Amino acid sequence: MRRIITMTVNNRPGVLNRITGLFTKRHYNIESITVGHTEIEGVSRMTFVVNVDDERTAEQIIKQLNKQIDVLKVNDITDQAIVARELALIKVAAPPAVRQEIYTLIEPFRASIVDVSKDSLVIQVTGEPEKVEALIELLRPYGIKEVARTGTTAFTRGAQKATTNQKTVFII
Amino acid sequence: MTKMKVEEQEKARTKARMSGSLMLIEALKEEKVEVIFGYPGGAVLPLYDELYKAGVFHVLTRHEQGAIHAAEGYARISGKPGVVIATSGPGATNIVTGLTDAMMDSLPLVVFTGQVATSVIGSDAFQEADVVGITMPITKHNYQVRDISELPRIIKEAFHIATTGRPGPVLIDIPKDITTAEGEFDYDQEVHLPGYQPTTQPNHWQIRRLVEAVSQSKRPVILAGAGVLHANASNELRQYAEQQNIPVIHTLLGLGGFPADHPLFLGMAGMHGTYTANMALCECDLLINIGARFDDRVTGNLKYFAPKATVAHIDIDPAEIGKNVPTKIPIVSDAKAALQELIAQQGKPADTAAWLKQLDEWKRRFPLHYEPEAGTIKPQKLIEMIYEMTNGEAIVTTDVGQHQMWAAQYYKFNRPHRWVTSGGLGTMGFGLPAAIGAQLADRSATVVSIVGDGGFQMTLQELSVIQELGLPIKIVIVNNQALGMVRQWQELFYDKRYSHSLIPNQPDFVKLAEAYGMLGLRAKTEAEAAEVLKQAFAMDGPVLLDFHVRADENVYPMVAPGKGLHEMVGVKACEESSR
Ligand SMILES: Cc1ncc(C[n+]2csc(CCOP(=O)(O)OP(=O)(O)O)c2C)c(N)n1
Ligand SMILES: [Mg+2]
Repeated sequence: MRRIITMTVNNRPGVLNRITGLFTKRHYNIESITVGHTEIEGVSRMTFVVNVDDERTAEQIIKQLNKQIDVLKVNDITDQAIVARELALIKVAAPPAVRQEIYTLIEPFRASIVDVSKDSLVIQVTGEPEKVEALIELLRPYGIKEVARTGTTAFTRGAQKATTNQKTVFII
Repeated sequence: MTKMKVEEQEKARTKARMSGSLMLIEALKEEKVEVIFGYPGGAVLPLYDELYKAGVFHVLTRHEQGAIHAAEGYARISGKPGVVIATSGPGATNIVTGLTDAMMDSLPLVVFTGQVATSVIGSDAFQEADVVGITMPITKHNYQVRDISELPRIIKEAFHIATTGRPGPVLIDIPKDITTAEGEFDYDQEVHLPGYQPTTQPNHWQIRRLVEAVSQSKRPVILAGAGVLHANASNELRQYAEQQNIPVIHTLLGLGGFPADHPLFLGMAGMHGTYTANMALCECDLLINIGARFDDRVTGNLKYFAPKATVAHIDIDPAEIGKNVPTKIPIVSDAKAALQELIAQQGKPADTAAWLKQLDEWKRRFPLHYEPEAGTIKPQKLIEMIYEMTNGEAIVTTDVGQHQMWAAQYYKFNRPHRWVTSGGLGTMGFGLPAAIGAQLADRSATVVSIVGDGGFQMTLQELSVIQELGLPIKIVIVNNQALGMVRQWQELFYDKRYSHSLIPNQPDFVKLAEAYGMLGLRAKTEAEAAEVLKQAFAMDGPVLLDFHVRADENVYPMVAPGKGLHEMVGVKACEESSR
């Protein structure tokens, strides 16, 4: 089961270590992590994509994260209306003969060329992870030299703003 | 200038400026800390200099592990946080076991470690270790102080975090230059931790659900753990069990929370629990867990655990609820608050007459038992003798192994906060130093430290402290010339291949006691045992008692690892009393 978990944390030394250490200790599988500042000073936002076996494990992850003193709020937003985005840089082999073809191919993805060299192109794409995945697959036959993906960052859509000042309490 | 600004300036002026070391001492005074357990070294020299001047009561243990286990014993008995100081590097790494132990058993500790100076952190300086990194997963929270201005706030937060919610150890790593830097000591501040707001009051709707479940239940049982003790809720537990006619089982760590001689008490559950307790868990239709965490040593194989029961779980730590056992009625709360609420509800008591009759029958037919044997000391008998000699009033600390299980089985605790043992981590070497802390927490109590011949040698250097402080601790070595619990498993599960578990050449513990300046006595028969016990409890000072017991005695009954609680072995029917 793939879950998307977002949380806000105090931006203190070692916080990322605390969180990843917790995942290691309890054998939770992290697919991706993104971290960055928020609109509030001293508060960072993390987005995790994790793979868990069942609901119970997903619930445990949330509860264990909640126990961390520096964690302010945790949400499993997988089943909510969310905006989830990832950015990828793809370096693909592109001798002049196929360049035009590649340009056409990436257009529907609203991807852009950010670097050009003699025999390769660097393509930048943003979107939901599935879209990024799809573009990579389309480009694969041309010979992918390097891929760098940021991992998913996400939050819930405007209408059901999930931000409260309380930690999410799952039991009561 | 506004009025407020003037007031602020006034306040600032009244706040004293002082060194980090002095701040620490002042903060400990504010927290009403009575005793510090510690060991000096380079990185904490400025701090020890202030300790010297301040005349604070500091116990110099002979190893940092001794200090932290003593602090645990102190916390367990007093309910107050145990305070530890260790130096950087090796001093700090020596407390890792104790931190883990306190984390597992939810004991409040505030631990200060020295650190190399800020300017050289990260350079592999002399006695530098990444203590914050090392201790992150084994503390409730930890800090490294990066600026003197943070120190008062951090100490205040540490005491708050250690002692509230689910208690646990908090560590503060202080670089040496911070201990000498000067700053303003402002301890009169509110703790502000938006990420830490433990729920202590029960949800009313869940309480109602539990009341309802009890009223419909025919075979309810309460499993009470150390959460009851941390919450000081023994009286409420008893009141509630009596009001609702519900029998009570304890975990190893919960012992004493409910009186052992109470008719509703079924004994300890789990691997070496009583037949009745384990069968009650198998047969109950409602299981009310209060402050226990469904440890695997309690549940046995989860597949067979409480198969007929609706599970209710009261715990201050939401993460414990539903972690191992699916829970129908979750109640996140302090145990005392939840029990008070339950009592106030005055729900219709469960109709448990038939259930209690069945349980009484089991208690009568399948009590704990051992075969008496002339000419030797049966370890179980030894514990019974100690129990009688101390009227069941002693504080008992143990190490880990067979002797620990026998102490849990045969010392009947009728009062809370008399039992100090390492449960979650099962730390050999815990028992002796823990006794020091326990005795310092309750000076007038009789303290008996029941240890194995193996584990005793892991921290025996602390005899020095006992002697130095003249603590009248009775040290009981259950000497089976073996790592008995390991030997037992090898006998039962490894075809008697005793790989490195027999130690026939144990030292002369009586002479050892003498070397440490205390009385040592030895007994090899029951009669001798009675004699030396009498002598030991009649005198005021510390005594070390070396009891040579049968080496091949096993702890029974037993649920083998991987088995369900219904698959106990070593249960013997007591036929004559069954009619
Ligand atoms: C620090 C540590 N190392 C190893 C163990 C594994 N262990 C559990 S019980 C035991 C034997 C303890 O022997 P002893 O202290 O003589 O007690 P006995 O079982 O004989 O009563 C051992 C080695 C442990 N619990 N703790
Ligand atoms: Mg032994």
